[in-house]
Amino acid sequence: MISQFFILSSKGDPLIYKDFRGDSGGRDVAELFYRKLTGLPGDESPVVMHHDDRHFIHIRHSGLYLVATTSENISPFSLLELLSRLATLLGDYCGSLSEGTISRNVALVYELLDEVLDYGYVQTTSMEMLRNFIQTEAVVSKPFSLFDLSSVGLFGAETQQSKVAPSTAASRPVLASRSDQSQKNEVFLDVVERLSVLIASNGSLLKVDVQGEIRLKSFLPSGSGEKSQGGAWDRQLLSAVYGGIWQPFLTFFPLTEMRIGLTEEFCVGKSELRGYGPGIRVDEVSFHSSVLLEEFESHRILRLQPPQGELTVMRYQLSDDLPSPLPFRLFPSVQWDRGSGRLQVYLKLRCDLPPKSQALNVRLHLPLPRGVVSLSQELSGPEQKAELGEGALRWDLPRVQGGSQLSGLFQMDVPGLPGPPGQGHSTTAPLGLGPASLSFELPRHTCSGLQVRFLRLAFRPCGSTSPHKWVRHLSHSDAYVIRI
Amino acid sequence: MGSGLRDRALWKVALGATGSRPGRGRSPCSGDRKKEAAALPGGPAGSANRANRPPERHSSPRAGAGAEAGHSKRALPGADRPKQRISDGRRAPGRGSCAAAPRGAAGEGAGRSASGRRSALGAPAGGGGGGARLGAVGPEEAGLPQGAGRGLSGRVAARRRSDGGPGREGAAPWGGEAGSGAEGLGVAGAVSGRSEPACGPQEGTAGAGAGLAGPWSLGCGPGEAEAGPTSRLGALRRPTFASPRFPRQGWEEPAGTAPGRETMPYLGSEDVVKELKKALCNPHVQADRLRYRNVIQRVIRMPKLDQWGQAEVLNFLLRYQPRSEEELFDILNLLDSFLKSSSPGVVMGATKLFLILAKKFPHVQTDVLVQVKGPLLAACSSESRELCFAALCHVRQILHSLPGHFSSHYKKFFCSYSEPHYIKLQKVEVLCELVNDENVQQVLEELRGYCTDVSADFAQAAIFAIGGIARTYTDQCVQILTELLGLRQEHITTVVVQTFRDLVWLCPQCTEAVCQALPGCEENIQDSEGKQALIWLLGVHGERIPNAPYVLEDFVENVKSETFPAVKMELLTALLRLFLCRPAECQDMLGRLLHYCIEEEKDMAVRDRGLFYYRLLLAGIDEVKRILCSPKSDPSLGLLEDQAERPVNSWASDFNTLVPVYGKARWAAISKYQGAEHRGPELPNTASFASSGPLIPEEHKETVQEPDSGALMLVPNCQLTAEYFEKTWFSLKVAHQQVFPWKGAVHPDTLQMALQVVNIQTIAMSRAGAHPWKAYLSAQDDTGCLFLTELLLEPENSEMQISVKQNEPRTETLNGFISVLETVLGTIGDIKS
Repeated sequence: MISQFFILSSKGDPLIYKDFRGDSGGRDVAELFYRKLTGLPGDESPVVMHHDDRHFIHIRHSGLYLVATTSENISPFSLLELLSRLATLLGDYCGSLSEGTISRNVALVYELLDEVLDYGYVQTTSMEMLRNFIQTEAVVSKPFSLFDLSSVGLFGAETQQSKVAPSTAASRPVLASRSDQSQKNEVFLDVVERLSVLIASNGSLLKVDVQGEIRLKSFLPSGSGEKSQGGAWDRQLLSAVYGGIWQPFLTFFPLTEMRIGLTEEFCVGKSELRGYGPGIRVDEVSFHSSVLLEEFESHRILRLQPPQGELTVMRYQLSDDLPSPLPFRLFPSVQWDRGSGRLQVYLKLRCDLPPKSQALNVRLHLPLPRGVVSLSQELSGPEQKAELGEGALRWDLPRVQGGSQLSGLFQMDVPGLPGPPGQGHSTTAPLGLGPASLSFELPRHTCSGLQVRFLRLAFRPCGSTSPHKWVRHLSHSDAYVIRI
Repeated sequence: MGSGLRDRALWKVALGATGSRPGRGRSPCSGDRKKEAAALPGGPAGSANRANRPPERHSSPRAGAGAEAGHSKRALPGADRPKQRISDGRRAPGRGSCAAAPRGAAGEGAGRSASGRRSALGAPAGGGGGGARLGAVGPEEAGLPQGAGRGLSGRVAARRRSDGGPGREGAAPWGGEAGSGAEGLGVAGAVSGRSEPACGPQEGTAGAGAGLAGPWSLGCGPGEAEAGPTSRLGALRRPTFASPRFPRQGWEEPAGTAPGRETMPYLGSEDVVKELKKALCNPHVQADRLRYRNVIQRVIRMPKLDQWGQAEVLNFLLRYQPRSEEELFDILNLLDSFLKSSSPGVVMGATKLFLILAKKFPHVQTDVLVQVKGPLLAACSSESRELCFAALCHVRQILHSLPGHFSSHYKKFFCSYSEPHYIKLQKVEVLCELVNDENVQQVLEELRGYCTDVSADFAQAAIFAIGGIARTYTDQCVQILTELLGLRQEHITTVVVQTFRDLVWLCPQCTEAVCQALPGCEENIQDSEGKQALIWLLGVHGERIPNAPYVLEDFVENVKSETFPAVKMELLTALLRLFLCRPAECQDMLGRLLHYCIEEEKDMAVRDRGLFYYRLLLAGIDEVKRILCSPKSDPSLGLLEDQAERPVNSWASDFNTLVPVYGKARWAAISKYQGAEHRGPELPNTASFASSGPLIPEEHKETVQEPDSGALMLVPNCQLTAEYFEKTWFSLKVAHQQVFPWKGAVHPDTLQMALQVVNIQTIAMSRAGAHPWKAYLSAQDDTGCLFLTELLLEPENSEMQISVKQNEPRTETLNGFISVLETVLGTIGDIKS
């Protein structure tokens, strides 16, 4: 049960403030929260804070604070889940979640909050329910740019044959606005994997952990056929039957059904093996409750009726046993002259991806001993960059092709690190150096090997234009740590 | 996170429906697949059977529900658990359907199909007695994802005889309802060929109540079950933990009175909860156990509830006290699927409920905690930092009771440098607690990496964690800590020295190593805590550290500029101790220090301590030795701390609340603060029933028990002002007076606390040891009758004089009150003596 809900910008300005139970006692609760947050001692967690009889529970999402207050000892899991669901909903409605979109759509956000929560209790968070009650349309700012022009083809018609969509394609409001009928029916499917790896100093693999998600963002009108033909009329009808008669009416129609085919060799658990050759194995899978799994056992097909907006269809985890080689290996060698305080680090980075793939935005982060003063560098490529900052070395590699090798030689002076006297050069790393960590993105690559084979939509016969379907595979690093 | 990524990478066009890229080796042509599927016995073949089935098989109006419930379980319950399941054909009771009622459930067959497993059963008809045959595999089974009931539906249905008896049609409303409920688990009933319509109602009752298929049960072996009137077929063996015994008379047809029939409309969680509460408060429902249970079942398995509703219902169910073990396990079985929900809130809610319901069954609790391990670990590596933090706090909570629970997953708790501080700290704590012989090496390796972290706080936390592990794995840890001293960094050295001090006290075996490591670190310590620790170590173990006097001498030299009084105190004590074992080196500076402390020091505590030591020295060196040479270590303290393994029940009620997230100590401070603010009368708030006491059954129990204890019920929050008490006291006559044997003095606090427990308020009380000692107490019972009491303890008598006044002369309540009072006084007296 929530007493108040508010959204603060990263600087603490209140953007949205909603008091559900009227028990704020006349105090500025949002102000209180921000003061509490900024004055928090370092060893306490900011997730849950309290003041008087009020608990503040918040999440940070895209630079915003979404805060709920409660005076009860409630389940933290449910509340945190609710907050992140709210963040997703707001993102769906406003296009994306940011300070700008929120402040442009204040009315919409309040309307949404009114429907989602009543007297601090959750009513519903499902898009299907809410779309019947939300009248306000999202205000989207579309700054004019030449890039937009480039997507307009010859004679002003959009190129229907384009093979790639811009990455911002999915950040627009889910519900098509009344005025803009040209919105396409689109479905975006993401297979995103987060990779956490720990490699020992001798090169042996200590830990591999892959957290995967299949995320769906659907812009399909979920009422299917008729709805897309007469959007404006529908909305009038909806407001006429606002009292909820519409809702059962909607459910009588078969909705769009989506079938997602996964790699057939996909298997769950340690014992199961499917197909020939090395299967794609994960340890644990969980599905969203709306996913139908009749064909999963036999053909690895997920069926669902996609609600509008974002949905995590499937989550999976895999640890310790990766089918493909790790994307990166790092071969460091360290020379340390204790007498003069000169530290030389030679880093060789090998990318073990298939030659056609590449890694983007690779950044190596290497903590250094305290007191490093100067840095001289020799890098293998011109587009690379290395600098010192916050007691660490940062080496940026914007693009690394699969199968390539890169190297960097770094020399530093560490005068403030007096070692035991009488020792010359040594190859052991001084304490405080390392471990190195890498962050990167691997587009079109999944570490587990899971692929989406197909994505089919079964429309009702009277359905209009066939929707656009976009599928994306992506891996990125969560923590890729190499000890030195 | 997601949006950021989206910005960079590009979308790729989906493969069309025609499947332009074939899957490895096989063509994904859908036509082929259909054929394939048709060849499988469980797929369309099953539906063919369904079509052939005679129309009177009315087992399920909504096949979809069964299928849905089936999906939400990933690994079907019991797949890997050796436990027997309760396998009772439970469906479609009621008058009309009695012929198809589940009595004939040939134990095994029904059991397996009930559990929703696909396993093509070997001999479906073999298990039953005489004429019992299997049949009636609900059509919903054909739809189960795993192909449940594959083969079974095909073979068995064909063998069904059609002499099901009269009265198959026209199922009573309750039959229908229970039937739809049964779908959720895909329970199959079996037909007994020879049942009679006359025994309908009872049979229906038994059928509906006879347990649900599910993994939770008490017993392991098949129990002999009494199976109602249909047991004329012979007693059937059913693998269940107890037989359902229901009253066979007074069963009334609850036509149409049940709220929320069939499918409950979506009302939002709060309304659902109200609905349940209303239903359970209904005396008719309460009187009838079957209805009572059905109401619960319907609410629990409400298919339409979203995750918020489910969490709310689970929270609500905490207040429900099952009346029997059997009912308890019924509920657990019904709720099992929630443990596998994809929403962490629901999983944790279910876990809490399980832990609390199964408080008398530790093995069930452990089992639940094993099951919840997966979801918790997933939450710990969740992308949402906040969720991750909450999960980590709960992991720590579990580790307090089951230290080895997460040991094999220690790698999941390694920190990554991009994580926020508070998560790292929690992870370090977790690592510290789950360490065992197998993973200690890796964990220490990892922790050592953290010690040089850029953040000083985090580095110090990691060092303290190593110190914690050192209590068990001393040698390895001391070695790591000694290496850290070589870094010569202030923030590291100070914490390492503090860790050494604590360690030496608990593990004397490491003293030698510590003493060798200490020289040289005084240069890198600037803060008060670190200095105190170092000085303490030098004082207590100075005889083993060659340069100890010289280090202390430096401190004495600089004592004037020392800002922390605590350091000066420590220095005094340490120097005096060292003087005892190395007098020659210390005598001079001890004199100087004492002189400074007595003559120049402005801090009173330091000056007094200096004076004290000076006078002590005047008393002679033997006296000083006697007082200062205490033991130098106390290994038993460490053992005591390790023994703090708490039972699950001690924190089960705190699970999935804010308590673990705040930490127990902070929570205690918060709630104390809140308690002081809100001592007002509690308003009956429907909204806050989560914490406002148990539901009807328990209250009911209390009122049943009450008559035995003298028909006295004292109201809790009876607050009288002292003035009112005084006025009333003087206006009333003494209704009862007696003496109570009493020895020694009274501890007012203890007594007051004890009286509070039985709802007797203390108005005024003398201090402890006062003569004569007096106390004035008041209490009020539920009828409004006031009891005013005076306790008087004369110093010379060894007895307590009790005088009770009552504003309404009623003897039986008075006697009740006096017996309560006597019990309390007797208990307190026993504790004292």
